[in-house]
Amino acid sequence: MSYLTLCRHLIAATITALFAGATLADTISVVTSFPKELTAAYKKAYEAKYPQDKLEILNKNTAAGIAYVREQPAGSRPEVFWASAPDAFEVLSSQKLLVKIGPGSPSIPAKIGNYPVNDPEGFYRGQALAGYGLMWNTRYMAANKLPAPKEWADLVKPVYFGHLAISSPSRSGTTHLTVETILQGEGWTKGWAQVLAIGGNSAAITERSFGVPDGVSNGQFGIGLVIDFFGLAAKNSGMPVEFIYPSVTSIVPANIALIDGAKSSEAGKRFIDFTLSEEGQTLLLQKEISRLPVLPSIYAKAPAGYPNPFGGKIQAKVNFNANLSESRYYVVVSLFDQMITFRHKELAAAMKAIHDAERRLSGKASAQLDEARKLVLSPIVDEKQIGDKKLLELFKAKKTDAEASKTKAKVEEEWASRAKANYARAIELASAAK
Amino acid sequence: MVAIAIAIATFLIVFLIGPILTVIYTAFSDGSGGFTLAHFSAFSEISLMRESFANSLFVAGMTVLFATLIAVPLAYLTMRFQFRGAVLIQTLGVLPLIMPAFVGAAAMQLIFGRSGAVNLILNENFGFGLPIMEGLNGVIFVETLHYFPFILLNLSASLAAIDSSMEEAGQNLGASGWRLFRKVVFPLALPGYIAGASLVFIKVFDDLGTPLVLNVTNMLAPQAYLRVTSIGIEDPIGYVICVILVIFSIGAMGGAWWFVKRRDYALVSRGGAQAPKRQLTSWQTTLAYGWIIGVLMLVLSPHIGILLMSFFKVWSFSILPEQFTLAHYATVFSDSKQMIWNTLLYCGLAAVIDVLIGAAIAYIVLRTSIPGRQLLDHLVTVALAMPGLVLGIGYLRAFRGIELPFGAGALTASWFIFVIAYSVRRLPYALRSCMAALTQVHPALEEAAENLGAGRWQTIRRIVIPLMMGGILAGFVTSFITAAAEISETILLTSRESLAPMSYGIYLYFQSIAGRGPGAALSVIAITLVALGTYITHRIAATATPHQSIGANR
Repeated sequence: MSYLTLCRHLIAATITALFAGATLADTISVVTSFPKELTAAYKKAYEAKYPQDKLEILNKNTAAGIAYVREQPAGSRPEVFWASAPDAFEVLSSQKLLVKIGPGSPSIPAKIGNYPVNDPEGFYRGQALAGYGLMWNTRYMAANKLPAPKEWADLVKPVYFGHLAISSPSRSGTTHLTVETILQGEGWTKGWAQVLAIGGNSAAITERSFGVPDGVSNGQFGIGLVIDFFGLAAKNSGMPVEFIYPSVTSIVPANIALIDGAKSSEAGKRFIDFTLSEEGQTLLLQKEISRLPVLPSIYAKAPAGYPNPFGGKIQAKVNFNANLSESRYYVVVSLFDQMITFRHKELAAAMKAIHDAERRLSGKASAQLDEARKLVLSPIVDEKQIGDKKLLELFKAKKTDAEASKTKAKVEEEWASRAKANYARAIELASAAK
Repeated sequence: MVAIAIAIATFLIVFLIGPILTVIYTAFSDGSGGFTLAHFSAFSEISLMRESFANSLFVAGMTVLFATLIAVPLAYLTMRFQFRGAVLIQTLGVLPLIMPAFVGAAAMQLIFGRSGAVNLILNENFGFGLPIMEGLNGVIFVETLHYFPFILLNLSASLAAIDSSMEEAGQNLGASGWRLFRKVVFPLALPGYIAGASLVFIKVFDDLGTPLVLNVTNMLAPQAYLRVTSIGIEDPIGYVICVILVIFSIGAMGGAWWFVKRRDYALVSRGGAQAPKRQLTSWQTTLAYGWIIGVLMLVLSPHIGILLMSFFKVWSFSILPEQFTLAHYATVFSDSKQMIWNTLLYCGLAAVIDVLIGAAIAYIVLRTSIPGRQLLDHLVTVALAMPGLVLGIGYLRAFRGIELPFGAGALTASWFIFVIAYSVRRLPYALRSCMAALTQVHPALEEAAENLGAGRWQTIRRIVIPLMMGGILAGFVTSFITAAAEISETILLTSRESLAPMSYGIYLYFQSIAGRGPGAALSVIAITLVALGTYITHRIAATATPHQSIGANR
């Protein structure tokens, strides 16, 4: 029967394919959160230069990537970890999953602003630079008659109500950095007031960091808080969008590291060196990639108007403190979710009530309105509490510690109900304000 | 024969029952082997989980409701009235199914979204917009348009089987129009409706791709996925969610079965005269065409959207896209040829396994007297009720650390896992086709062959398989095309890009700013493949029938 012959052919093909797979020389597996355009460009260029190696991309979001590396037994782990969030690399190196590779080429500066480009301990290297900024859809802005924003602080204005988008730090490492940058740049209390107001003005808290630039570039949202390459890549590939760096921003490196316990570490190292070479760095300038190289000489090849963090054009007023960020990471993430992500409907309603009251009173002072503002815009955990070691420890405790996770769940539930009550009360106050 | 039956049973136990039991065991295990309900109480204490649970139920329920509203009038119209639009309705029944729901979701965002074409037009002319694609609404909308054919197809089949004398009796007693439909026709067609509706409920409850593409994660399936991938394969909450998905799936299927069994739907003279088709008045015709064309336009919108996206560079805050380009197809062919090949390989192999096992089970159940042979049939039915997500997580857990021979690496990181997963999940489709085909082959033909001295194997090879060929091929194509569109398992099982099939590639492309065009281009290729497959099935079914009728005419 013809279909039996077909089966025989397929089985033969299977066996051939299996052995063909087994005889490949060096396969470099790269765990990365980067988009397909970028990985495809590097794969093509690298394999052309080193035909004996094969580059294998494992696309995972940062958190999933860490979990994946951790779960593989030593000896069959992937070779390279390549992602934006510096915290992820701290987690990996603290769990002894990285190989010390030392600093790279001497022509790469040691620091960007106050932030070291490479890991001082030598476990990972900066491969590209990233700043955070604002991206907006020019057509959307024109249709809704919105002025272009310049600073984070602009986004709290009533005119932007319902036109913003932001992701949640618990889902996206880059959003966490944005929020932490605002908190460090403006201080805890003032920073949260800004973050809460931005959250309240947002049309959506997207569940993935990519949801923001995607929504802005197709016109679902007006303005989004995004990492620079999303904005630049969209603009350079012809979307009607603009991107700026506000003055309270920080430039941090996106990193690359060699994983301990991989099959072909040597080839992995070869790939890392390639990404940092002149050739590898130039790839970053491609239109649909649009990232900032760490090698300053590359900017000479960049098209006019390409941002250059080494030229002093991007003012980074914040010197990002990674230790502070790491120490309170879980608390900030959980606070954001309990106050903003999960209570977004209530928060937006409260924000709207406040905007309406302001318009109605047209600048007149009102104790009720001030009270409403205070209820909505103060963080549930104040400046004193966030210094509390016990709270920070509780949130850092291991998942398997049943007692700690129970207490933690209780604390979170309490935050959630307080936030909800505050927003409800604020709506009452603001609508009654005279 | 017994050896084959045992081999098939082993395959099903290892790759279907085992992984599911692993998932259930993990959800109830306290880590040291004891039984605990602690994970379930932890689940119920997390407000996000309670919310996700409620949302999943709400979305599945609303989808069934809206799918019913679309499908019931369409089915009634074609089966009971003289109507030229029947071909249109048949097309309607197939079109949505040839595109994975999550692919349509991306295009529908641009048509029905906050600043999509429809809302831009509404805003410009009437000053208001419709929040169709916001949050849960979007999921319900996309899933309704994707899954209503299940109700349409099942209900149509049921309506066709009703004896006309029932309706005539109703009419004689003075019922007509709405009353006739409500009191006579619909109750008689209920088994088909319930079967379709329960299928819609399960599919929506279990769907992972659509909510993820629409940025909705406060539902059960995305939560299970996020927990297992970001916290780790050890996280018990992910397994609790899986158990809940399984309970609801089995509940919905069992419920439907019980509902149909509870009452006697058997008609005295089944297969009697078809109900005479009534005439539509002129305004009824207008209404009917209006309804069908409206639904057809909705159903076609994601297809058109994807096609436009694949050929244009920019589509942003405008009614139509701009800047025609073929670059997206070039990108796909230079970067993702591997994925197209992978889909053909995995789904082809899976479909071959399915028809082999399906034909074997059909033969064992219908032609042998091996004790417990019905069990094989029941085992396969379990696969129908099993959410892809649960099976995926079960595979990752159960086969963790199992290495393949010849240094080919871990089983869960190899491409075999896709073939196995697809073949297990799609086996019920192939089995139904093979069963139907073998039922139509009269045993007398085999007896004749044996009388002429043919052995059992020779009879199977020369008589049974050729006569079953139409059904086998139909089973092959059904397994193939449904596997090609599968996403829940695929996202979970894809460990590296070079192993990924097309459905994962589309998902991946849609995750990047410049990837929307290439993603759409890859979707168009996938849809074309699947549409071609569907067309071929119809052709095979049509040409195979006269050939089979030798045996089928009793």
